[in-house]
Amino acid sequence: MKKFKFRFSRRAFAYPYMIFLLVFVVVPLVIILINAFLDDNGKLTFANFAEFFTDAGGGLTVLGNSLIIGLVTTVICLAIGYPCAYLLAKYHASSRVLVLLFILPMWVNFLIRTLSTKAIFMALDVKLGMGTVLFGMVYNYLPYMILPLHTTLVSIDHSYIEASEDLGADKISVFLKTVLPLSLSGILSGVTMTFIPAISTFAISEILSSSKIFLFGDAINMHFSKTTNSFGVGSVMSLVMLVLVVVSNVIVNLTSKDEEVKSAL
Amino acid sequence: MKRKNLVARICADGYLGLVLALLYLPILLIIVFSFSGSSRFSFSNGFTLDSYKQLFDPELNAGLLSALKYTAILAVSASVISTVLGAFSTIGIYALGRRLKKITLTVNQLPMINSEVVMAVSLMVFFSAFSFIFPQGMTRLIISHVAFCTPYVVLSILPRLQRMDPNMYEAALDLGANPFSAMIKVVFPYITPGIVSGFAMAFTLSLDDFIITQFNKGDTGIETLSTYIYEDARVKSLEPFWFAVFSIFFVVMFTLLLVANIKKTSKEVKK
Repeated sequence: MKKFKFRFSRRAFAYPYMIFLLVFVVVPLVIILINAFLDDNGKLTFANFAEFFTDAGGGLTVLGNSLIIGLVTTVICLAIGYPCAYLLAKYHASSRVLVLLFILPMWVNFLIRTLSTKAIFMALDVKLGMGTVLFGMVYNYLPYMILPLHTTLVSIDHSYIEASEDLGADKISVFLKTVLPLSLSGILSGVTMTFIPAISTFAISEILSSSKIFLFGDAINMHFSKTTNSFGVGSVMSLVMLVLVVVSNVIVNLTSKDEEVKSAL
Repeated sequence: MKRKNLVARICADGYLGLVLALLYLPILLIIVFSFSGSSRFSFSNGFTLDSYKQLFDPELNAGLLSALKYTAILAVSASVISTVLGAFSTIGIYALGRRLKKITLTVNQLPMINSEVVMAVSLMVFFSAFSFIFPQGMTRLIISHVAFCTPYVVLSILPRLQRMDPNMYEAALDLGANPFSAMIKVVFPYITPGIVSGFAMAFTLSLDDFIITQFNKGDTGIETLSTYIYEDARVKSLEPFWFAVFSIFFVVMFTLLLVANIKKTSKEVKK
């Protein structure tokens, strides 16, 4: 008689989660994809794409504006954050608490921080508009820029810097030719951690501009709200956002892989 | 030369101090003026605890208390479920074949890298398409929170598992343990630090979430702390009541995070 024995495999532990991911992560995105091709009556159409890409509802303009605001936010964050991370790594490498102080605001709910800044702007009679929105964005995303930059800069082997000094490089070329290239992966992940949330955020621009400035995240939110109910165009916009996310992550992954290969050689 | 270094160092510290001031100024101002009893950032009424007294006014705090209750229920259940799910599945994922492992880990990354708005609307559309299975309310919220928390749990456990000597599990089997007890007695104790930090991560993420909750709360009247703040303080301007709430929030949050991180650091130093 053949002996029947249930072979217990550790792999089986992964199956429930794989199903979970399939149902609650992949399928919802597929539904968004399908929705993008359907009109209000559930018929196949390309009208949603046409409406978005011909800018009929102003969606493309909003995307353009968001990309610009996202870019400006990212550049300011990098300009403030890189020196911060660099100086922290150089002078305070052993002081973890100081680094922590730069990261902590990240864990206070962004609505609380944004509403606090708004209250202060209003008390100071600052006119709410582009300036205040940019301030709010930088204020919110700066820690996300400093964290990955600091992680990379601290892990740079100091002997590289000494070697380039010994070989006669002055301070500026040590920075430009040694430190900067070695921190490229940190820059890229900092940029993605700032740029992607910055263009797709909703609420920050709404609160800090009294709903005057409208970003891509606000636009997606509006298309899915009950009053407008234009899921099709909203789905197209979500897909555009998804493409941006995937592209930026592929770029980050490629560079970090390059580095792994380089360091292995 | 030495003097030049000192000047550079002072400049560096000055710059760092300036950025820190920028990061903390709004928070400090809110805390200071929570004692003014007004939302105009002036002490025209003098020093007063009026804002804090309002916290005990049942008319004002009813919404807040119910939001706190839902936030706690949601954060506890979502983080417990995602920690259990994450711990078991990481062990499974680790044992998967190369291809399947790569696919699973890539999909696992999706909720982490994806824009929150996109994840939120995709879940919303999914839930309303299958509303006969997923009723509005807590069910949807817990599922969506588990969906964005578990990937972090998996990624905090996986590195520890990869560092573990596979011979330890094999040795347990050779010594007569069955696979299940080998798992409980050998593998789990080894990955416990990963499980703990994964749990802490999931809990904070769930507590902090706004966008995914806002889209999936439906109209059953459930509000979490962040959606309640959004609905209430966005419409009216920030009232003194909120100054007190925010101040308490800041202080509690910072103390917890500082204590947790300093403890972690001193532990690592000991090792």
